Amino acid sequence: MSFVEVNDVAVSYDSFPVLQHVNLEVVEGAFVTIVGASGCGKSTFLRLLLSQEEPTAGSIRIAGVHLPPRPTPDRGIVFQRYSVFPHLTVTDNLILPLEFEHSAAFGRVFEPARQKLREEVEAILQRIGLADARDRYPAQLSGGMQQRLAIAQALLKKPRLLLLDEPFGALDPGIRRDMHDLLLGLWQETGMTIFMVTHDIAEAFKLGSRLIVFDKMRHDPSNPAAIGATITYDLPLRRLNTLGDDFARTSVSAAATLDESVSILSNDALKTPGVEQ
Amino acid sequence: MSTAKGKITPWARLGLGALPFLLLILVYAVGSHIRRAANPTDKLLPSLDTMAKAFWRMATQPDQRSGDLLLWSDTALSLARLGSGILISASIAVGVGVLIGYLPKARAMLAPFVAAMSLIPPITILPILFIVFGLGELSKVMLIVVGTAPIMTRSLAQAVMDIPDEQIIKAETLGANGLQMVIRVVLPQIWPKLFTAIRLGLVPAWIFLISAEAIASTGGLGYRIFLVRRYLAMDVILPYVAWITLLAYTLDRIFYLLSRRLFRWAHLEGESL
Repeated sequence: MSFVEVNDVAVSYDSFPVLQHVNLEVVEGAFVTIVGASGCGKSTFLRLLLSQEEPTAGSIRIAGVHLPPRPTPDRGIVFQRYSVFPHLTVTDNLILPLEFEHSAAFGRVFEPARQKLREEVEAILQRIGLADARDRYPAQLSGGMQQRLAIAQALLKKPRLLLLDEPFGALDPGIRRDMHDLLLGLWQETGMTIFMVTHDIAEAFKLGSRLIVFDKMRHDPSNPAAIGATITYDLPLRRLNTLGDDFARTSVSAAATLDESVSILSNDALKTPGVEQ
Repeated sequence: MSTAKGKITPWARLGLGALPFLLLILVYAVGSHIRRAANPTDKLLPSLDTMAKAFWRMATQPDQRSGDLLLWSDTALSLARLGSGILISASIAVGVGVLIGYLPKARAMLAPFVAAMSLIPPITILPILFIVFGLGELSKVMLIVVGTAPIMTRSLAQAVMDIPDEQIIKAETLGANGLQMVIRVVLPQIWPKLFTAIRLGLVPAWIFLISAEAIASTGGLGYRIFLVRRYLAMDVILPYVAWITLLAYTLDRIFYLLSRRLFRWAHLEGESL
């Protein structure tokens, strides 16, 4: 059975359709990358999966259950910006979800119990390479460090579904590569399902086990807002990740098809008249 | 924004900052000298020496009638009124500000009301306050509250609304319930804004304090300067004005430094006044 089932979903704002007829079935453990022109509704789709917005029509089920009306801890999120809490140090950002869990009333755990929580996140600090920056505030971290923290924080509740909204959009290419390695490593370790929106097609091909493209089925030059976007391409890139998957080999086979696929996409789906390039 | 044209040494900064003050004192001293040269009994521009003596008398010699050291009893009375008013305003601002900023329904209900209240010229309410609360402490404190609470509330509501949605969503995905969200995500982020709101609120608060004391009071800094005005006692009024200014400045600095100390994360980027 599919883990994520999207059934004829539509979203419209003030009767202007943003998404129409979106159908998708995703198995558990997939890494779905989502690309598309600006304003094509790919971030909207991610917000639907998060319950940050509700579809105007259609239904979304995760693990067979209809989505609750608000975000819940079984779905983690990393945004491009504002993902971590500026008033908390690195350690405190990581402890916060544990505090929510342990102190139902105020969400605050005091010493000495707090020390135990600090020890719990120590391994994570090491894993994301922020052990030396544990007492710094986010404003004192580089963009890459902030996003590493954001990802680690999102994973603390062990979500089955991780949603990433252009998480590396503001990072330098070198830093981006490091982030890719971290993310792929975490994906393999946890076996979680990932949906990631990105502007970077190469990134989408490199990371995804499946790539979907959002675009409008046809364009009405006289009224470009009249038609909503839907999934126009759905490319399986490599076989599903399972723990112990031979990742290097599958990467190579994916790379073989990459050039071809990029040319299809860049010639067709992403270059549409009247849509921002 | 820190502008580029070269760095300033600390001593140069201090000297440059002191210059306008020294200039003002110099201009006054010259003016005072000229007037007193023409009329030795002139009361309008007393000499710096006369003012220092008057100030010293207020600070160290008990008042003949009440036995109080007037400068200190006036200061204590005024600061107590100011502090009570600001404390009440700050409490209202946090409570109502979070409601307006965090809950859309509360915003729909309260925001227009607070906006309207903030536009009432507070002094016009003073007679009502005197009638309702009498001429005692409460009416003076209430004037400060009426004059500062609405604007402080609005700035705190705005501070809550300025917290990016992403953070609220993120906290929900980390398992926060409503109360935890307010206590761990919303409130800590508006404390620095509360300190800024208090610093900005203190400016009108001083005005209302002095006004209320001038109109109906038996003690306090504002009462004193309006009392001695009858005797043209510029030698008391001018030092009192300087003293009030110094108090206001010190309070402002205390809240600024406290904010830097308590909320280091909020002062990491850029310079602030």
